[in-house]
Amino acid sequence: MDLTWSESEQHFREECREWLRANVPAEPLPSGDTSEGFAVHLEWEYLLHSAGWAVVSWPAAYGGRDATLWEWLIFEEEYYAAGAPQRITQNGIFLLAPTIFEFGSRAQQDYYLPRMSAAQDLWCQGWSEPNAGSDLAGIKSRAVRDDERGGWVLSGQKTWTTRGAFSTHLFGLFRTDPEAERHRGLTYFLAPLTAEGMTVRGFGRLDGDEGFAEVFLDDVFVPDDDGTTETMAAGGILGEIGQGWGVAMSTTSSERGLTLRSPGRFRAAAARLLELAHDQIAAGVDLDPAVLDAVTDAWIDTEAYALYTLRDVTGVVEGTPAGARSSYNKVFWSELDVRLHEAALDLLGAEAELDGSWMHGYEFSLSGPIYAGTNEIQRNIIAERVLGLPRK
Amino acid sequence: MRFAPTEEQAEFRSAVKALLADTCDIVAVRASWGGEVGRHTDVGQGNGRVERAWKGLADMGVLGLLVPEADGGMGMTQDAFVGIAVEAGYAGLPDPLIETAAVAPPVLASSSEPLASEILARIACGEVTVGVGFGESPIVPCASTADWFLILTGSAAHLLDASAADITPLSSVDGARHLGRVNWNADDSTVVVSSDSDAVALAAARNAAATFSAAALVGLSHRMIDMTVEYVGERRQFGVPIGSFQAVKHELADAALGVEFAEPLAFNAAHLLSVGEDATVAASMAKSRASRSSQVASDVCLQLHGAIGYTVEHDLHLFMKRAWALSRQYGDFRTHRAVVRRALLED
Repeated sequence: MDLTWSESEQHFREECREWLRANVPAEPLPSGDTSEGFAVHLEWEYLLHSAGWAVVSWPAAYGGRDATLWEWLIFEEEYYAAGAPQRITQNGIFLLAPTIFEFGSRAQQDYYLPRMSAAQDLWCQGWSEPNAGSDLAGIKSRAVRDDERGGWVLSGQKTWTTRGAFSTHLFGLFRTDPEAERHRGLTYFLAPLTAEGMTVRGFGRLDGDEGFAEVFLDDVFVPDDDGTTETMAAGGILGEIGQGWGVAMSTTSSERGLTLRSPGRFRAAAARLLELAHDQIAAGVDLDPAVLDAVTDAWIDTEAYALYTLRDVTGVVEGTPAGARSSYNKVFWSELDVRLHEAALDLLGAEAELDGSWMHGYEFSLSGPIYAGTNEIQRNIIAERVLGLPRK
Repeated sequence: MRFAPTEEQAEFRSAVKALLADTCDIVAVRASWGGEVGRHTDVGQGNGRVERAWKGLADMGVLGLLVPEADGGMGMTQDAFVGIAVEAGYAGLPDPLIETAAVAPPVLASSSEPLASEILARIACGEVTVGVGFGESPIVPCASTADWFLILTGSAAHLLDASAADITPLSSVDGARHLGRVNWNADDSTVVVSSDSDAVALAAARNAAATFSAAALVGLSHRMIDMTVEYVGERRQFGVPIGSFQAVKHELADAALGVEFAEPLAFNAAHLLSVGEDATVAASMAKSRASRSSQVASDVCLQLHGAIGYTVEHDLHLFMKRAWALSRQYGDFRTHRAVVRRALLED
């Protein structure tokens, strides 16, 4: 065990910290899940990209700085500690990009990745449908072969699409083999939301932001990839036809585990929670000891999550990635986030309901156990694929 | 940055696991129970020791792992021991391994008394066991077979010769524990380390007891969960294995989740002990989480075994009762959480 950062990692941390200190907006930006807020966040993404901080772990050719996984963790820690803005590009850079790196052709990587890191293309996820949520394999949206035009015709409806109303592109699963059942016969498609036949309707989430959208596809044409920029701009396919389930599953483990929710985010939140507790104590607020225990529990769990991540990253670096164990990760961080925010609301008491960052954070935390595969599904995965209980 | 055992540590741990699977199997654990626990006369007439396992551990160098090389040990650090404590928990080893091999040696090594050095050498070769207690008249496991007692008060560590000690045997719910109360009043003649000479060593002993009992609880929890996974995979009701029911899956997933996140806390605390940093908060985080998650695991595992688990015919109780005891020994979940709370909010 060596729980210390090397000199070069320390140096990297200093560099992150310095840049963030000089550039993070003093006032928090309006929520990126509203149209005004999204525009401001876009400016922030351009700034991040121009300074080389948008996608630190990517190759420099695609807008990154070839950072190691450890350095990425450090960047995330500093990013959240600095109170930097939410990443409106996250569905692209954290969920789609790993899939492009794994399954995309060289031409696809060269085309999509630089545009993604520069926030030119803004990606949203098209997986859930009105009747396929936890039961994702029940997808009905289909893609029909059009040999005459040389491509695929997409139709159907996607929903719960985060920031769909503000995004420019969609990645998602479509049924290419109508005879095949469940997770067979699905294909992973990429398509611009500006394509003819696409209709996007935003709607309000629990927190009031119009961060959700439903996407209607009415004979949207995606041409076959001939390696040219023109066809890739009009969409494409990742991986083989009919292999979409396997391709998609590679992104779900990134979403559940490391890349979407680095410990830096929770450490920053736990530090703010402690600060709030100190403030309330100093102000002489009469607090039940149980509230302070809840604060302590949230802090301990955050430390446990951070250490767990260090172990996971060690495993990835040494060639033993977490696999199905990433479901532990997802259940833990999402429920920790809820408990952490509940503790803050309890510290605030009757003032918790006032419009403020803790209530907003609480509302957002409540989505964690639902998105990226509900925690009920994750518990099934833990039981079946980690512990080895019978499926049927 | 690297948060994993070294290859050498991992191999050593595997070897210990194999040794315990062989020498401390379920028959040996059962046999270590004492007949004096009247309600449980169906299990052994043992004295709380598994001698074959102890000898094997001595031969492998486990007992002397933390004993300085000058005293005949291996002179290793606590991060080499933490995985072994998990395995001892998993096996249900009743012997005072944590106390003898991981709590006592660093304290004795910090003493300038010749006796301390002598005992260290005898620990390393497996000749003596050391029972550890905190405070006045402590209750100590394996008291009836201990050769020495290391009693830690707020201000000193005392080394008592067990043959001269006044011990009141106490019956534990876990018949392998062979508890005894050491009736004893502090007296300068038995001091091996005082807070004036080495307060750090005394604090480290408390942290080591919390850290390694947390690790043992992680192992015990894994054992109970493994037994339950096996049982619910075989037991059929309504024509299917009960493990196929979602209600069963989710209970087990939650039990496993708690243990999964307790383990890195124990390894982190052991790491801090190794590098000589203050491990107070880290050890309390580890013991708090391991205690709570082992309680969840034992509750869930008993429930999922149904009526068979509620018998002494089935072996689950051997591990469950150990977990009940160990999750409260050296500080329970709330006591340790309070340590963290004070460090965070009151300092």
